[in-house]
Amino acid sequence: MARRQPEGPPPAPIVQRLRIQYAKRGRLRFTSHRDFARAFERSLRRAEIPMAYSAGFHPHPKISYVGAAPTGVGSEAEYLEIALAERRDPEQVRAAIDAVLPPGLDMVAAVDVEDCPPGSFPEQMQASHWQLDMAAPASQVQAAFDQLLACESFMVERLTKDGRRSLDARAPIVSVSVRTDGVDPERATIGMVVRQVTPTVRPDDILTALKSVAGFAPSEPIRATRRAQGPLDDDGAVVDPLNTTLKVM
Amino acid sequence: MPVAWVSVSTRADSLFERLEPLLAQVSKPIQYVGGELNARSKDWDAVSVRWALMYPDAYEVGLPNQGVQILYEVINERDDALAERTYSVWPDLEALMRRDNISQFTVDSHRPVGAFDVLGVSLSTELGYTNLLTALDLAGIALRAADRGESDPIVLAGGHAAFNPEPIAEFIDAAVLGDGEQVVGVITDVIREFKAAGSPGGRDELLTRLAETGGIYVPRFYDVSYRPDGQLAAVVPNRDRVPPRVTKHTVMDLDEWPYPKTPLVPLAETVHERMSVEIFRGCTRGCRFCQAGMITRPVRERSIEGIGAMVAQGLAATGFEEVGLLSLSSADHSEIAPLAKQLADRYEQSRVSLSLPSTRVDAFNIDLANEFSRNGRRSGLTFAPEGGSERLRRVINKMVSHEDLIRTVSAAYSQGWRQVKLYFMCGLPTETDEDVLEIAAMAQDVIRAGRAATGSRDIRATVSIGGFVPKPHTPFQWAAQAAVEVVDDRLRKLRAAINADKSLGRNIGMRYHDGQPSLIEGLLSRGDRRVAGVIEAAWRAGGRFDGWSEHFSYERWVNAAEQVLVPLGVSLDFFTTRERDADEVLPWDHLDSGLDKQWLWDDWQDALTGYEQDDCRWTPCFDCGVCPSMGTDIQIGPTGRSLLPLLSNRQS
Repeated sequence: MARRQPEGPPPAPIVQRLRIQYAKRGRLRFTSHRDFARAFERSLRRAEIPMAYSAGFHPHPKISYVGAAPTGVGSEAEYLEIALAERRDPEQVRAAIDAVLPPGLDMVAAVDVEDCPPGSFPEQMQASHWQLDMAAPASQVQAAFDQLLACESFMVERLTKDGRRSLDARAPIVSVSVRTDGVDPERATIGMVVRQVTPTVRPDDILTALKSVAGFAPSEPIRATRRAQGPLDDDGAVVDPLNTTLKVM
Repeated sequence: MPVAWVSVSTRADSLFERLEPLLAQVSKPIQYVGGELNARSKDWDAVSVRWALMYPDAYEVGLPNQGVQILYEVINERDDALAERTYSVWPDLEALMRRDNISQFTVDSHRPVGAFDVLGVSLSTELGYTNLLTALDLAGIALRAADRGESDPIVLAGGHAAFNPEPIAEFIDAAVLGDGEQVVGVITDVIREFKAAGSPGGRDELLTRLAETGGIYVPRFYDVSYRPDGQLAAVVPNRDRVPPRVTKHTVMDLDEWPYPKTPLVPLAETVHERMSVEIFRGCTRGCRFCQAGMITRPVRERSIEGIGAMVAQGLAATGFEEVGLLSLSSADHSEIAPLAKQLADRYEQSRVSLSLPSTRVDAFNIDLANEFSRNGRRSGLTFAPEGGSERLRRVINKMVSHEDLIRTVSAAYSQGWRQVKLYFMCGLPTETDEDVLEIAAMAQDVIRAGRAATGSRDIRATVSIGGFVPKPHTPFQWAAQAAVEVVDDRLRKLRAAINADKSLGRNIGMRYHDGQPSLIEGLLSRGDRRVAGVIEAAWRAGGRFDGWSEHFSYERWVNAAEQVLVPLGVSLDFFTTRERDADEVLPWDHLDSGLDKQWLWDDWQDALTGYEQDDCRWTPCFDCGVCPSMGTDIQIGPTGRSLLPLLSNRQS
């Protein structure tokens, strides 16, 4: 059978790449990554962003996503990269997309790749800073973490679509700080830096480890938020991957 | 049972804070959070009439529903009213809501459904009835209308299934037949004035005022009596102010109702990832099995300019990349060819694709499909011969000759289409094994024709078969539904026949539903008020999401039917596999779809002799009765006009 070919010229070449930081906030933290990707593509059309497209009968806008947070977990620091067929001011692109997405899916920053630190974007995502809010006194949380951190490694199982998966929930933890919630002494806020490994260790996995190693379980579901994602500096802190001051000349 | 934790003053407060912790524990939580693009959330205290609109199925099915989206916009455009949406929750969330005493909620502002003035339920399929009961129960609204209190919402049914609401008559307060755009305004006015006057006479008076309009059916105002043999004796009004027959609503100028103007764009994945524009309403092709075609007459076309404007505005408002031109037979729009060409021209340089649900079997349909896929992939074309043999196709009045079909699919394959889907029904009146086995011969000829047209052996065809369900207000409303065993046996024989020649059979896919869900749909479609007990019993036994094969249990329904119907002297067979006589009082006789009962009977008799009926758009009126009784008329072109030029998308 004669295979039809798309008529017309090949797609316009890429002239500019932008890296974008976005947030998943409030009730829209329940957006899954697939849901977000669909909404984001529609927003590009509504905002009339001059995207570069792939070739073929079903051209796709060129978008690369890196390290998406799990469904139900809030994030201030999700990242993606888009390729444009016409040059645009990054801030105008950010504002235009943000204006057509629902509040809660918020475009935080956009930087031309030329102005970003060099190197592969995914490889720069060395670690995440997580904030966990949970219904348990800080002392109890601290004790549980002390037990977990005393181990060199701690294996947990996660139920995935492909069955049970085993992963080390201890080794990627870089640091943990626990403090009492400002309002309610029965609640604690945890700041936690976790290294990006494969498979990814999620806040849930660490909770599973705490339960398993210390019998610790908060009285209601925890609330997790990714505060930052990017390279780890020498002090074990996560730095902004779009920060132009890190650019090596 | 009232929801205990709700105090009267805070009945409408958002439940989201209590719902939120549960969302981390259920699948696809995004479907419960709202916040879709183009969703509205109006000030509760700024309006006097509040509607909760429900589609009683999962969000992924319910959100794209055009009826709900249209009414949502029409009501929210009014200053005196608001509308929020609610959908069925999956069993995982239902269990948690029951544990934590959380009411059925709207996704817009997460308000408890019980706080609204009206719960409007869009019933496209009878298999949603158990989901309606779940929602009422979760909302703390009594299942039976007779048990409801003054502050409970008016439970109002609409949609195609509402043309025979008798099986759910005890669960609803009222039903509306036909187009909803105008009548929601009438209902809103009646409720607003009633509330402004201090609700004189209470719920009973409000329902009477609604019934008095002549177009709103309030089941409790009609008494049903039965004969000793189980058939209906009569359905008669039991008070003065209500009409003996309730008539359907017909919107006469679609261009005056260009809704939805700003379609909802969900974050969650749904069954239709596209924007839809209804290009006409009604159909007079006269397919005798088709309830939609019968109850939506006459044909009313949207103008070519009106369609062009809706497509442009909708795309700008949504960012969708596919537009579906909807109707019951879209290729029949009197200006479909210029419309297709002009839309294809307008969007050729963009990445917007157009689609047309295709059912007609002719070369013209392929030309249209080619126009819509100028630069797109030609994946699949769908044709619906519906009946396997020419004899049977005369019975159902869907005349396509075997030769026409083969010629059409040859053209499709040679123009680059890779797959042809053929839709059929099994269990049609007068059907024999031989009629169904002809489907295999047809599918095999399709493969042979495709190979001849393309020179390739790699040709695919899919045969999809649904069980036929006789529906109210159609010529087949008197027919005996085929027994489950008959349907299943024919499908088995068909599968064997398709696979008999392996060199052809391996290129033919066969998809079918077995006869069990169809029989239950048949019970719910042509049942009367005695079926309410069956629905409740099936629901109490765990019936949920009956339209989903993984949730449907035939055994549960059969048990419920036995437990409830046998003591009343009737049975599942009484409502399904029994043929009705000309003089039998049908449960929906007091509900006027405009179709003349004698004309329907004559058409049923013509079906049995294989006598075909033409389309009144191109031949003289055949007196189905709709236009004179409803004061309506066919509205079709051609107008000879063009799409208005669109400055922002105009090609240079």
